[in-house]
Amino acid sequence: MTLQHVNVKLFFEGEPGVDLRRFIDLFHEWIVREALDELLIDVADYRHVPDGPAVLLVGHEADYAIDRTNGEIGLLYNRKAPLEGSNTDRFLQALRAAARACLMLESEVEGVRFSRSRFELLINDRALAPNTPESRAGFEAELTTFLRDVLGAGEFDLKGPDDARRRVGAVAELKSALDLERLPETA
Amino acid sequence: MKASNDLWKERLAGRLPEALAEEIDVFETEIELRSQDSIDEKVFAETRLRRGVYGQRYDNGQRHNGVESKTLPYEEKLTKGPHTVWDAPGMQRIKIPYGGMTPEQLEVMADLAEEYSDGIAHVTTRQDIQLHFVHINDTPALMRRLAAVGITTREACGNSVRNVTGCPFMGVCPDEPFDATPYAHALTQFLLGHPDCQNFGRKFKPSVSGCAQHSCGLGMMHDVGLVAKTRVVDGEEQRGFQYLVGGGLGAVPRQAKVLDEFVVPEEILPITQAIARLFGRHGEKKTRSRARLKFLIEKWGMERFREEVFAERAKLPEDPRWTEYLAAIDANEEQPLKPPGEMPQLNGDARLNHWVQTNIREQRQPGYVTATVALPLGDITPNQLRDLADIAREFTRGTVRTTVEQNFVIRWVSKSDIPALYEALDRAGLAEPGASAVFDIVACPGTDTCKLGISSSRGLAAELRHRLVARTVELDQAVRDLHIKVSGCFNSCGQHHVADIGFYGISRTMQGYKVPHFQVVLGGQWEENAGSYGLPIVAVPSKRIPEALDRITDFYLRSRQSDERFPKFVARVGKAKIRQVLDDLTQNAPEHDADPDFYSDWADPRQYGIGDIGKGECAGEVVTQYEFEMTAAERLVFEAQIKLEEQEAQQAGELAYSAMVKSAKALVQLQYDDVTEEDPDEVVEEFRERFYDTELIFDPYAGSKFADYLFAAHEAAGRAFTLESARHFIEETQLFIEAVHSCYNRVREAGLAQSGAQA
Repeated sequence: MTLQHVNVKLFFEGEPGVDLRRFIDLFHEWIVREALDELLIDVADYRHVPDGPAVLLVGHEADYAIDRTNGEIGLLYNRKAPLEGSNTDRFLQALRAAARACLMLESEVEGVRFSRSRFELLINDRALAPNTPESRAGFEAELTTFLRDVLGAGEFDLKGPDDARRRVGAVAELKSALDLERLPETA
Repeated sequence: MKASNDLWKERLAGRLPEALAEEIDVFETEIELRSQDSIDEKVFAETRLRRGVYGQRYDNGQRHNGVESKTLPYEEKLTKGPHTVWDAPGMQRIKIPYGGMTPEQLEVMADLAEEYSDGIAHVTTRQDIQLHFVHINDTPALMRRLAAVGITTREACGNSVRNVTGCPFMGVCPDEPFDATPYAHALTQFLLGHPDCQNFGRKFKPSVSGCAQHSCGLGMMHDVGLVAKTRVVDGEEQRGFQYLVGGGLGAVPRQAKVLDEFVVPEEILPITQAIARLFGRHGEKKTRSRARLKFLIEKWGMERFREEVFAERAKLPEDPRWTEYLAAIDANEEQPLKPPGEMPQLNGDARLNHWVQTNIREQRQPGYVTATVALPLGDITPNQLRDLADIAREFTRGTVRTTVEQNFVIRWVSKSDIPALYEALDRAGLAEPGASAVFDIVACPGTDTCKLGISSSRGLAAELRHRLVARTVELDQAVRDLHIKVSGCFNSCGQHHVADIGFYGISRTMQGYKVPHFQVVLGGQWEENAGSYGLPIVAVPSKRIPEALDRITDFYLRSRQSDERFPKFVARVGKAKIRQVLDDLTQNAPEHDADPDFYSDWADPRQYGIGDIGKGECAGEVVTQYEFEMTAAERLVFEAQIKLEEQEAQQAGELAYSAMVKSAKALVQLQYDDVTEEDPDEVVEEFRERFYDTELIFDPYAGSKFADYLFAAHEAAGRAFTLESARHFIEETQLFIEAVHSCYNRVREAGLAQSGAQA
């Protein structure tokens, strides 16, 4: 199976400890500084909705959001533009991009810290990855390979969504923490 | 942008209504043609607008970052309209006729918001749903997924008949004479893609209301407003509609006028068709700001307009669709899932009690209520949409509608289920109390995403809502009952004219800097279908609007007489006195360096400016019917070539013939707009009489050669094509199309194009 449009959400450790308004200002700064490799376009404020993006940095190739979907706050990277390479290449690209943004947030916003041992990875495309038993099995096999062989993650648990209407994905709980600053450059 | 776009066409094959499938295929081909620069960008812009594919702020590839305007360096240089970069994200508007949605449609909307948009679905003030930050290449797949559950985006924008809005309580409201839903449905189906609705200078907005006294259908502010009523004839009650015309907000708001006090159901479709024909033929085309129906009525006067409408109606050829739906008019009445119930004793939960008080309405059917799901700023997330679908299935037969106050209404809830429904909604974060109350502020997208936005309407609405909710307990009931509406500019998409207190965005200069402001609009009336419009009284800096609101409501509470409602209070004390209360807020701006926040907009740290305002697509480009028809003809030839490549000679030849007839029709329509391509005999006959016999189509060098191609093709219609004959015929068709273009230019220069002239 070919998997594109990988989303990675790195969860905050606890609450961010800062008013979410801070992220609006910061994301605007990132646009001015061209702080990321991708083309950044605008910032959207959705703090009034629960269970979804709260503050969104809209880009051309990808969006970044301070996201509260499923009641858990984190930094969500949503890859929109298709990428060449293998599935694990695309998993790694999304994880590296999310990790980079998280490290920037940790260094620029006091009180913000992201988990190194728990993150979510899902496929934002129901045509490529319908939520069927076969597709879920294929995805989990790909993710397992990625975690084990590319990240060297050791032991881990994967938990997928209970609702078949949700996108194929899983929350990965690692027994040992990832070093976000030293993720592999290639798969 | 999605890697999977082609897969949906394959996966959904056979599951789409044929007409919608064909419509989307056509659009996909037009995208392809535009990507080859084979369609003019102006024509393509109107084409996509008529599919609801709208522009968004910064899509000209420029964005002001607070310091300077910067180019957004998209690699792709193609445009999807004048000054509109192909890759720049846009908005997809999705028509939801009279707001009616099924659980399956809610679930698809959730999936689309996740996969193509930014994870938010936005309910608009005309009951549509909008998805933002959508890439144009994704729109055909998105449309196919909608079509698979019976939703079309056709004519959601552009110079067309927009969504038919309807009171979301039609069918269950205690104050209505009958359920107007099936009439709204019939109007929707009849007008969608109707040939008489393709040549407007601007948009045309219909609405249907169940009664005259409430606001839910907003008939007074629509181009066409139908208000249900009954009369007794020979002892029998007869259904009908008060027929309103010429209402509208925007920069020049007008209240609708009564065309006819009572129109019987058999006449609502033909009268609307007659109005559409007059609007298409006589409505303004060149000056967009004067191109709405209200200006035609103003120009003619109501008497003449009425005469013209009924004269046009009398000339219309009979159409069975006008009345055939009436045979089973009440056959699809909604049914409850549960038996009627009694309201249980509520516990002491203050929030539940508040929610019941503001969000629950009795239905006219005993034992049932409606529950309003109040959405902050009209926004809902994919998970919430799925939860809403589950809830609609659990408690009702999936009877849900969107509202013009940017909410959802769940209909047919058994009264005994109210506490359980509340709990289910609360778990989904959908149990906000205060529906239609002061907290339930309506706002257009404003500077968040709209190219025309001047000030941040959503930012202001969010701020006011946040402050008002925090004061829920202390707010006087008279203040809780107020309606607040915010628009980002004077165009009134936030409907500020019909609020108790309205605001619309403007810009002013203070201390040498641009400062976001809002005009304070008072005197509007929400009830009686938006019975009167307010007027601006003073411009207040955006960051001082919360203070302005406090002062207005305090003044109201201090000065009102007994239980005087706000509109009456404003009328009695006068706007001048209220303005005095606000006057000092308009002066004494702080030094920029002392308070830079004053010089930025809500939830946007950038130094405020108006450099990002672009050209609106709201009105669409004025593209003539001729241009549309010829673009379609050229698309058909292109499709013929594709079929030829696929070795499908017969289909290639037939497509080329359709293209030839369509281009002939485009010319004929310049002089006679009733010609239809469904009848090629008529097209060719009219073409012969008007362009061949007059020699207008004759080429200066080739004479009648190209017209002869048409006559020969028509004579041989139905013939079998080989690959070779199809190829030759495609070449002839292309030459004929070129001849039509040349003829068009000659005719225009000679002033012989008189669109709308009769046979």
